[in-house]
Amino acid sequence: MQNQERSVLICDPTLRDGNHAVRHQLTAEQIAIYAAAANVAGIPIVEVGHGNGLGASSLQVGLAKTDDKSALEAARKVLTTSKLGVHVIPGFATIKKDLRLALDVGVDVFRIASHCTEADITERHISYIREHGREVYGVLMMSHMASEDILVEEASKMQAYGAEALIIMDSAGAYIPSDVTSRIEALVDALGIPVGFHGHNNLGMAIANSISAVNAGATIIDGTARGFGAGAGNTQLEALIAVFDKLGIKTGIDLYKVLDAGDIAEKYLVETLPTISSVSIVSGLSGVFSGYVKPVNRIAAEYNIDPRDIFFELGRRKVVAGQEDMIIEVATELSKRGRNERS
Amino acid sequence: MKNAIKPLKVAILGSGNIGTDLLVKTMRSPYLTCTLFIGRNMASAGMRKANELGVKISDQGIKAIQDDPACCDVVFDATSALAHIQHWPILASLGKHVIDMTPSKIGEMCVPSINLEDESSAKNVNMITCGGQASVPIVYAIAAVQKDLEYVEVVSHIASRSAGPATRINLDEYIETTEAAVKKFSGAKHVKAILTLNPAVPCVDMQTTVLVQVASPKLAEISESISKIVSKVQEYVPGYQLLVGPVLENGRIVVTVKVCGLGDYLPKYAGNLDIINCAAIAAAEHYAKSRA
Repeated sequence: MQNQERSVLICDPTLRDGNHAVRHQLTAEQIAIYAAAANVAGIPIVEVGHGNGLGASSLQVGLAKTDDKSALEAARKVLTTSKLGVHVIPGFATIKKDLRLALDVGVDVFRIASHCTEADITERHISYIREHGREVYGVLMMSHMASEDILVEEASKMQAYGAEALIIMDSAGAYIPSDVTSRIEALVDALGIPVGFHGHNNLGMAIANSISAVNAGATIIDGTARGFGAGAGNTQLEALIAVFDKLGIKTGIDLYKVLDAGDIAEKYLVETLPTISSVSIVSGLSGVFSGYVKPVNRIAAEYNIDPRDIFFELGRRKVVAGQEDMIIEVATELSKRGRNERS
Repeated sequence: MKNAIKPLKVAILGSGNIGTDLLVKTMRSPYLTCTLFIGRNMASAGMRKANELGVKISDQGIKAIQDDPACCDVVFDATSALAHIQHWPILASLGKHVIDMTPSKIGEMCVPSINLEDESSAKNVNMITCGGQASVPIVYAIAAVQKDLEYVEVVSHIASRSAGPATRINLDEYIETTEAAVKKFSGAKHVKAILTLNPAVPCVDMQTTVLVQVASPKLAEISESISKIVSKVQEYVPGYQLLVGPVLENGRIVVTVKVCGLGDYLPKYAGNLDIINCAAIAAAEHYAKSRA
């Protein structure tokens, strides 16, 4: 296998997952600048939107500075060779309000996501996009919370609904490489569609996990410029492309130009470069969605609680993505408990 | 029975989780008696349960009511939105009072802690959604204090096991119907409803959070208004409790409620199914009393 020519399709959610890192404040101008750079670098798919995808601008997760339509249009104008992608979570986004709008703006690739055990909520959304002749992937988020068997079962549902590829996300950055290998191998064996991996770097494993995914048969890998993304950030795209070049894995992306895109991202998008902060490590260890780092830090400060305690409690309660309101409830509970212990 | 009211005759159409749980609740009510429990398959779990309880059952669907219109005064329709759209003209022509458990949006939306009075005149009463029954009382209590709400958001989390195939396939309808109710009862210009399924085992209780952004929040007044309505909801949903707030966090007013089910036919974690059924029973009992 090592000697065969291998190639991987890169999807770049810098302008979507990165929105988590700036509290969903990316402007249409910033989106246009980075999308243009990604287009020049030959990145196949550029994903754009609120951190939780289409229709997710909310008090719950964070209000977006730029509405979906303006964000997508800004990218659409400059993406001449790269495809425009969106992330869609049913429960946030609906067909009437959000998918129709994205179809009208000219989105090329729809990645319809659910928590890793809830694939059946994506049936109508996946079929709707298929009926409209656009590309549609299934995405299983927080995939560390399910075994190989369950992932295969849920992924097979998405395939049956019409998904043309299946991505598993390590939304909490909780995996080590052997976790990725076993899951991707099981999915590649069971499915008749390409399998992909979306990493987060909470435990410093994002690149290593992505390599394991490719070695196990994955052919779609997500990465973002400078790792710009939720929590400790995503798999850093520039480093990923360099490593793939070294391994002889073809991506069709120009190394110098993707490095340039990284510099442009750092200059125009990034507020603080992603680091593996203490709290992000705990998010990864406790298996809690990386996007919770910002609200957990904020609420921990307001309630005078250790953010690490909040993460471990959220992990104990097995919260999934989209349950940000639980952070306040947990903080209230921990602060009561703390008072009782002191008194 | 201290109120000497002759119980109202009720037919339950739909033998799934909602219908069967409604049956158990109906049997406990002094104002209601279930005279016919209707499904499509005699072997289903709901039909067997009804049979065990000694209730008359039929597998003939809506035809069972057409064949014997005198069997009931009230019909709970616990089938699906699509089926209800077909059932309604038939039930209307038979003069039945209908309580619609589906998100069909045909009838008047009813939240018992708010508009039971209007409900007695409507012939088709819509029970909205579980998230609507949990969130709308809170939204309404906030709107009573903070006039001219611009934007209201309601977020619910339910246990995966409590979301059957109909809920899952109708997620968009859930959102649209819940948003319509929040808009109607808050007067807000913009609203948003979000639903998340959580597969944790042991199963999580239903939790609903209301989020509101206002220029000058009157927390003390809101708190009083909410505590009043929570007591009112508790009169018909014993497992409804205020968990958080109102608190002001990051410029948002945050209120979280939790709903534990009664554990009638469905497990206690299925507070989402319990609250809509408790609300439907309250609506039916009110109708029974108003006729007496």
